[in-house]
Amino acid sequence: MDPQTLVFLFFIFALAIFLGFELISKVPATLHTPLMSGANAISGITIVGALISAGTVGKPISTVLGFLAVIFATINVVGGYLVTDRMLAMFKKKQSSIKK
Amino acid sequence: MNIEVAINYIYILSAVLFAFGLKMLSSPDTARRGNFISAFGMFLAVVGTLISAELSFQWIILGVLIGGLIGLFAARLVAMTAMPEMVALFNGFGGLASLLVGWAVYQYQLSLDALTSVTVFLSVLIGGVTFSGSVVAWGKLSETISGKPVLFKGQQIVNALLLIAAIASGILFGMDPVAGHAFFITAVVVALILGVMVVIPIGGADMPVVISLLNSYSGLAACAAGFVIRNNILIVAGALVGASGIILTNIMCKAMNRSLRNVLFSGFGAVIQKKHEGHQGEVKPINVQDAYFILEAARSVVIVPGYGLAAAQAQHAVCELSEILERNGAEVRYGIHPVAGRMPGHMNVLLAEANVPYDQLFEMDDINPTLDSVDVCIVIGANDVINPAALNDESSPIYGMPIIEVHRARTVFVLKRSMATGFAGVQNELFYYDNTRMLFGDAKASIQGLVSEFKNT
Repeated sequence: MDPQTLVFLFFIFALAIFLGFELISKVPATLHTPLMSGANAISGITIVGALISAGTVGKPISTVLGFLAVIFATINVVGGYLVTDRMLAMFKKKQSSIKK
Repeated sequence: MNIEVAINYIYILSAVLFAFGLKMLSSPDTARRGNFISAFGMFLAVVGTLISAELSFQWIILGVLIGGLIGLFAARLVAMTAMPEMVALFNGFGGLASLLVGWAVYQYQLSLDALTSVTVFLSVLIGGVTFSGSVVAWGKLSETISGKPVLFKGQQIVNALLLIAAIASGILFGMDPVAGHAFFITAVVVALILGVMVVIPIGGADMPVVISLLNSYSGLAACAAGFVIRNNILIVAGALVGASGIILTNIMCKAMNRSLRNVLFSGFGAVIQKKHEGHQGEVKPINVQDAYFILEAARSVVIVPGYGLAAAQAQHAVCELSEILERNGAEVRYGIHPVAGRMPGHMNVLLAEANVPYDQLFEMDDINPTLDSVDVCIVIGANDVINPAALNDESSPIYGMPIIEVHRARTVFVLKRSMATGFAGVQNELFYYDNTRMLFGDAKASIQGLVSEFKNT
């Protein structure tokens, strides 16, 4: 990797950290768990790297490692999004029928 | 337009969708849609990757199938009370995937340049710590291993040495990646040990902090993997998660009035505070029937849940009781302490599962000013988060921690199995207050008893 690429990637990294702080600074406590598991699912983005490693024809050992990475990243992504959805589906506002 | 460029536009779109999705997660009305949008962003990133490179699909398809099925079943079958350990485990898998990606890139091309080898090392280190740390957190939360802090003499020195060993093997590996294969393996092993070592000294009730922190690490691990494969979408998405995890960690620490350093290194709760045991006064037990008479007359009730609610699986019974109280003309609200339970927002999820509407749930700062005019506070399985010693006893280890000030209500019911101390090992003087009544027994059984008293009369 040449230093210029590194600077470019760091530039993006720094801005994205700031963006993250701005986006999430005002989450109500009620949603802390779904936020965490939703963010957790996003961290499964490493699946992109896993797919490339598993699919690149070359050394068997890196294919095997990539294959394992695909499995774990997919669990993270699929499980993370589904579980978040399951939790969020339960959050309901007050129905008028309960209160009299 | 060449295909590599087109793929990068798809990645930009994914990044925008992730940002929107996270933004929408901050309001209950839009959260579900936000999660869907973020999932769609992930789908685009995956599809984009698959069409960009000339990949061989056999292992990819198999891996996605296996992982997808495991993820699907885990997400469908997990009980809401087991959510903290599930989240911890998913987190760990993300970290492990980042570790494996770094490793695979190294194996593919042993002769890495210096900068790339640094990024490979970082993705292995952060990914490894995230993975083994999350597995230990999972063990503690699911009570597969003891939730008590594990402390020994010189622990911090051992951890420091491990970190030095990790960095040293990283440097040796980076100097000559082709010959440094052994150093690379050492770095993997040391990272995994380090993850275990940093989580074992942390006790059960501090888990909200640890889960948030590991969440942040899993994002940073994805970031590091992004540096390895020079891919922007990994860096952006990883950084977003890293930042959100840090914010949550910070909120949790503030709610316990402790610094992150203190949570990570002190092994809080391992030290039993002997001098607080001999508290003056007598506790006043109450039976279900007498509790019913008081509740029957109450106009405003605040329910304060803690981890005991999850342990007793009492959330549905609590919801039933609160509906009966409302029909009886009382105003029912819930007061939720930020660190009640084992992960951030744990209580909210449990109560949502039992169909408690979220506009009945109040945060600590909103409920405290109203407690003077409340007739009955029902404390279910909470202890340290309602201990008045945090306000008025400077010698208490929890002094300064913000609490839900239930003692200001006219009557306080404490549902508790026995007089055992809470996580902090501190006797709770609330139990000896004149307006406190202890309802001993299993929380779920006690609440069901109250519900049937209401139904029979």
